[in-house]
Amino acid sequence: MNPPDDSPPLIELVNLTKTYGHGDAAFQALRGINLTIRDGEFVAIMGPSGSGKSTLMNLLGCLDTPTTGSYRYQGIPVENLDNDRRSLLRRHALGFIFQGFNLLARTSAIENVELPLLYRGLTRSERHEKAAAALASVGLADKHRNTPAEMSGGQQQRVAIARAIVTEPDTLFADEPTGNLDTATTREVMELLTRLNLDHGITVILVTHEDEVAAYAKRVIHVRDGLIASDKINHRNLILSS
Amino acid sequence: MIWNAFLIALREIRRNLTRAFLTVLGVIIGVSAVITMVTLGEGATEAVKQQISNLGSNLIMVRPGAGFGPRSSSAGVPNFTEKDVNAIRDQVAGIAAAAPVRNASLSTIYRQDARTTTTVGSTPAYFQINRWTIASGRAFTEAEYKSGAAVAVIGNTVKKELFGDEDPVGQKIRLGRASVEVIGLLATKGQAGMGDQDDTIIVPLTSLQRRMIGKTSSHDIGMINLSAEDGTDSNALIADINSLLRQRRNLQPNQDNNFSVMDTRQIADTLSSSTKVMTMLLGAVAGVSLVVGGIGIMNIMLVSVTERTREIGIRLAIGATAREVLLQFLVEAVTLSCIGGLVGVAIALLLCAGISPLIGVPFAFNSQINLVAFLFSAAVGVAFGFAPARRAARLDPIEALRHE
Ligand SMILES: Nc1ncnc2c1ncn2[C@@H]1O[C@H](COP(=O)(O)OP(=O)(O)OP(=O)(O)O)[C@@H](O)[C@H]1O
Ligand SMILES: [Mg+2]
Repeated sequence: MNPPDDSPPLIELVNLTKTYGHGDAAFQALRGINLTIRDGEFVAIMGPSGSGKSTLMNLLGCLDTPTTGSYRYQGIPVENLDNDRRSLLRRHALGFIFQGFNLLARTSAIENVELPLLYRGLTRSERHEKAAAALASVGLADKHRNTPAEMSGGQQQRVAIARAIVTEPDTLFADEPTGNLDTATTREVMELLTRLNLDHGITVILVTHEDEVAAYAKRVIHVRDGLIASDKINHRNLILSS
Repeated sequence: MIWNAFLIALREIRRNLTRAFLTVLGVIIGVSAVITMVTLGEGATEAVKQQISNLGSNLIMVRPGAGFGPRSSSAGVPNFTEKDVNAIRDQVAGIAAAAPVRNASLSTIYRQDARTTTTVGSTPAYFQINRWTIASGRAFTEAEYKSGAAVAVIGNTVKKELFGDEDPVGQKIRLGRASVEVIGLLATKGQAGMGDQDDTIIVPLTSLQRRMIGKTSSHDIGMINLSAEDGTDSNALIADINSLLRQRRNLQPNQDNNFSVMDTRQIADTLSSSTKVMTMLLGAVAGVSLVVGGIGIMNIMLVSVTERTREIGIRLAIGATAREVLLQFLVEAVTLSCIGGLVGVAIALLLCAGISPLIGVPFAFNSQINLVAFLFSAAVGVAFGFAPARRAARLDPIEALRHE
C-alpha cells in the first residue's frame, strides 16, 4: 500500500550529515542521508548497533541539528531554527515515545499525560478531559491514579503513548519503543501504534532491532555506517496479510 | 507563562513533600530565629523604657558611689543624711520635691503567712515623686511621718501573697520588730525587666528608723529621689546638685564625686543601650542562619537538578523551552523559600507569644521585621535558586534523556 505520490512531503532530508566531536575525536555518525517521508506513513528504521539510527531519529524529531545538509519538516527548514523554535515545533507537531518509557516518577498516569498540555496553557478541565480521553484510547481508563511504579512495563509504555498522542501530533517518533517489553506486550503496543496510524492518520517513525516489530510498518529503511543501505515497501506487513 | 511555571512548580513540590520540607527547613529556622530574636529583644527594650517612664519623667536619683547600674561601686562610701535631702530641696532651684529613701529587707507576717519584703522608708513626697497611686485606702500623712506612726502602704504582690482576696486595709501586720497597720494598697505598676515593682512596702522613714530596725547612724539614707519642676534644664539642675553635695561631703577639688546624680533619660539610656546591643547581636546571628538556610536551598536544588536530569530531558523533549525550564526551577526555589518564610513567620509569632510572658517582656509585634525577614527569604530563593535553574535550562535534551 504505497502512499499516494501527490501527497505533500512531510519530511525531506537532503545530504544530511552529523558529526560528533571536533578535530581528532570527530566522528561522522551520519554521512549524507537523503530521505523523503510523506504524511500518514508508517516507517521502521533498522540497522546494526552504532549505525546511526538514534542519531537520525534525534534529527528527525528536531531534538538535534544536523552538521550539514538540509531538513525540511512540512517545508520548514529545521536546521535554521534555534533551540526555542525547535522546542515549540516539538510541542505543537511532534510526539515522542522512548525505549525507557521516561515517565515522571511518583506522578500519576493522568498527570504524566497532562504534562505536554501544561506547556500548551490549557485550562485544568480541558487538560483533564483530553488526558482522560488519551488514556482511554490506550485502554487505561481505569488507571488514572496509578504511578509508574504501580504499573507493568506494557502499561507504562501505553501511558507514554497516551502522553505522546494527547497533543494530537502530526508525527510520532519512537526509538525502540518495545526494547524493554516481552513478546505479548510488544504486540499490544504495536497494534496500538498501527491503529493510531490507520485510524488517526498519524505518521509513525520507529527504530527497532526486531523483525517482528518492523513487520508492522509499511516501509522499512535499513541504515548502515551512517548511510541508508536499503529503503523498501514492506511486503510482509502483518496488517495487510491478515 | 509565570502562572504556568508556578503551576508546574507547585506540582513538583507536591510530588516530593519530604524533599521540599528538608529544602526549606533552613529558611524556616532562619526566618523564625531572626523574628523571634528581634521581637523579644525589642520587647525587653520596651519593658525597660516602660519601667523608666513609670518612674516619672522628672525623676532624678542621687546615690552614693560612682556610676550607676551594674558597674556602680558604693563600697566604703558614706550614705546621705536627712539634712542632705533638706539642703537639696531648699537650696537647689527647680526642685519640686525631695524624698529620702532607706531600704530594708524585713520579715513580713500576717497570721500564719510570712515572707521577706524590701521595705522603703521615706516621706509622703515619695509617692508623688515615684508616681505611685493608691488603689484603696490612703498614703501616710506628713503628721504620721513626723510622729513615726506604725502604718504601712503595701504593694499588690505583698497583698496577694499575704491577704489573697481579703481586703488588707485596716489589718495589722508584723514588719520586722514592729506591728503596723496597713492603711493603703498601691495601684499595680506591673512586672518588667527590672523586677517586680509591686513587691514593696512603703512606711514613714521615722517608723522604719525607730520601730523596725533602729537608727544606726545619721548617714542612713541610701538614695535620694528628687522631682524636678516642669521645664527645668536637667543638666543645670544636676550640676547644682553636684556642687552642693561635693561641698556637703567635703570633697577636695582633686577628688572625684563619691556619689552620682542621674535623671530618667540617663537611666533609660544606660539600661536600654545594653538590651539594644543584645538585640542587634542576636538578630545578626539569626540573619547568618537565614543565609545558611539559603545555601541549603541552593544545595538541594543543585542536587535535585542532577537527580531530575531525566525529568528535565522529558520536559524539553515534549516541547518545554529553556526559558520555561529556568522559570520552573526558579519559581520552585522562590515558592519553596516563600513558603518557608511564611511558616517561619508563623512559628516566630507563636514562639514570641509563648516566650514573652515567661520572661516577663511585652509582646512587641513588629510588622517591619516580619516583612523584612519574609522578603529576605524570597530574595534568598531567587539568589540561590538561579544557579541550579540555569544549569537545568542549559541541559541538552538528548544528553538529559540518556542520563541514568
Ligand atoms: N553524543 C555523541 N558523541 C559522540 N559520538 C556519538 C554520540 N552519540 C552517538 N555517537 C556515535 O555515533 C554513532 C551512532 O550512534 P547511534 O546512537 O545513532 O547508534 P544506533 O544506531 O542508535 O545504535 P544502537 O542500535 O546501539 O542504539 C555511534 O558510533 C556512537 O558511538
Ligand atoms: Mg540507538
